[in-house]
Amino acid sequence: MKLGLLIDLDTCVGCHGCATACKQWNTSGTIGPLSDSNPYGKDPDGAWLNRIRTYEVGDAPGSKTVHFPMSCLHCENADCVTVCPTGASYKREEDGIVLVDQDKCMGCNLCAWACPYGARELDRDQGVMKKCTLCVDRIYDQNLPEEERQPACVLTCPTSSRLFGDFDDPQSEVSIKARERGGRDLMPELGYEPTNKYLPPREKATVEMFEVDSSGDGFSLKGWVNKMIAR
Amino acid sequence: MHPALSILVFTVTSGFGYGLMTLLIVSQLLGGSPFDNPNAYLTALLLAFVLMSIGLLSSTFHLANPKNAWRAFSRFRTSWLSREGVLALLYYPIALAYVTALWLNDWQTTAAAYALGGLCVVLGFVLTHCTAMIYASLKTFPQWHTRLVPFGFSLFFVYSGVLAYALAVVADGGSPHAAVWISGCVLAFIGLLFKLSYFSFVGEPSKTTINTATTFTEATVRLFDTGHSAENFLQKEFVYVVGPKTKALARKITLALAFVLPLVLSALQLSRDSSSLSLAVFAVLCGYFGLLLERWLFFIEAKHVVRRFYGEQH
Repeated sequence: MKLGLLIDLDTCVGCHGCATACKQWNTSGTIGPLSDSNPYGKDPDGAWLNRIRTYEVGDAPGSKTVHFPMSCLHCENADCVTVCPTGASYKREEDGIVLVDQDKCMGCNLCAWACPYGARELDRDQGVMKKCTLCVDRIYDQNLPEEERQPACVLTCPTSSRLFGDFDDPQSEVSIKARERGGRDLMPELGYEPTNKYLPPREKATVEMFEVDSSGDGFSLKGWVNKMIAR
Repeated sequence: MHPALSILVFTVTSGFGYGLMTLLIVSQLLGGSPFDNPNAYLTALLLAFVLMSIGLLSSTFHLANPKNAWRAFSRFRTSWLSREGVLALLYYPIALAYVTALWLNDWQTTAAAYALGGLCVVLGFVLTHCTAMIYASLKTFPQWHTRLVPFGFSLFFVYSGVLAYALAVVADGGSPHAAVWISGCVLAFIGLLFKLSYFSFVGEPSKTTINTATTFTEATVRLFDTGHSAENFLQKEFVYVVGPKTKALARKITLALAFVLPLVLSALQLSRDSSSLSLAVFAVLCGYFGLLLERWLFFIEAKHVVRRFYGEQH
């Protein structure tokens, strides 16, 4: 098995719901707590396992806003595991999930240095490294109904932009979708062979642009109302 | 890259320690110590032990959870950091055995001293290589992922050893062999050339761009929003930016302090009848703080590829 996520950059709306659900589940999960510092202050900081950044792709008028969620990509060639001196970081044979044994980590940061995707964050309060577990404490939980045995981020996504599944099985939903829509790797040139794949945004019709005549500055009721309300 | 002071002090100080130890052993094996009496030689060895230990201790200060540091000796088959730890620990008993072998045989270089001393010298180089490979093995830092890094670490290890050794001999009232001053000059000159070529290497563009990071290789990509209002762990650790003027100044000071001044001072020593203590002290201070600044630059100029996700184009 090669468990991972398929993330649809076409439909993600950047609501940060996946990051919040992740934080909520994992702060009380097996690798919790995910400590925060100064959470209500001017410069809140804390360990998050999932972050969403937003990019402007292309140039106006044809540009797109793309929301880009990133968590651990559970790489085939996980250098974070190779560099770990304590054996705290490991990749599971059976399903490819990369985990950190919280009892063994000495907080040297070297795995975070070795990860190109910024998937690992040091919990300064706990002194150990935190990372996405693919909700290993959910997906195998026999006490949960079968449809809930999925990572918290996947369950919560309101636009179903995140799919969880086995990339080793060519008939799994993630494999089929990745094949059909051309799932892509991040930074393929580095050779980490990430398991998680990203689906590109679909081609959309270009919006037609019109020149607006702004020379007429005469009085209009609408303009006057707008001015008054803005004040 | 954020330069952790504990790592800078660790790599430079222990470099001086292992370097001094290596030179002390080599000089003994090559034909007797230049020191007046065994006690002076012993004091110099002790100084090397202290420098090594200060370095190793300070390396634990950057650990967020040092109580698990003992586990770092376990993954030597895959991790360069673990290898460094194992060899650093192994170095002590072997170096002690070398000193004991000399002491038991009335400071005569016996076969045992040759074997143990030779082993220490080799171990010093291997250990330095392990330290360098911690950085050079990381594909995430294009500025570190090069053979130049292990070469530089080995060069500076011998160079700092020569500077420290010369001072130790002069402090004892002796004069080092001319070969010591000459190798000081030569190593400083190689260091200067090496650093200049590294500076030009660091400026080369990396093949990882914001486009390969985000998969959009056929369009311009700009960061629109990081998703959080204050700096997070990744930015504090990896997006540590120093202005170009400061960097340029630091480069000049590094070259002057670490290489040019010690080169001139060693040449001056060579021209004198008897070596000057103040010049030797000055050379070591220049070398130490110069190499400390060099290590700071080594971190400052290394750009982790995660910076692409935070808007850096290439």
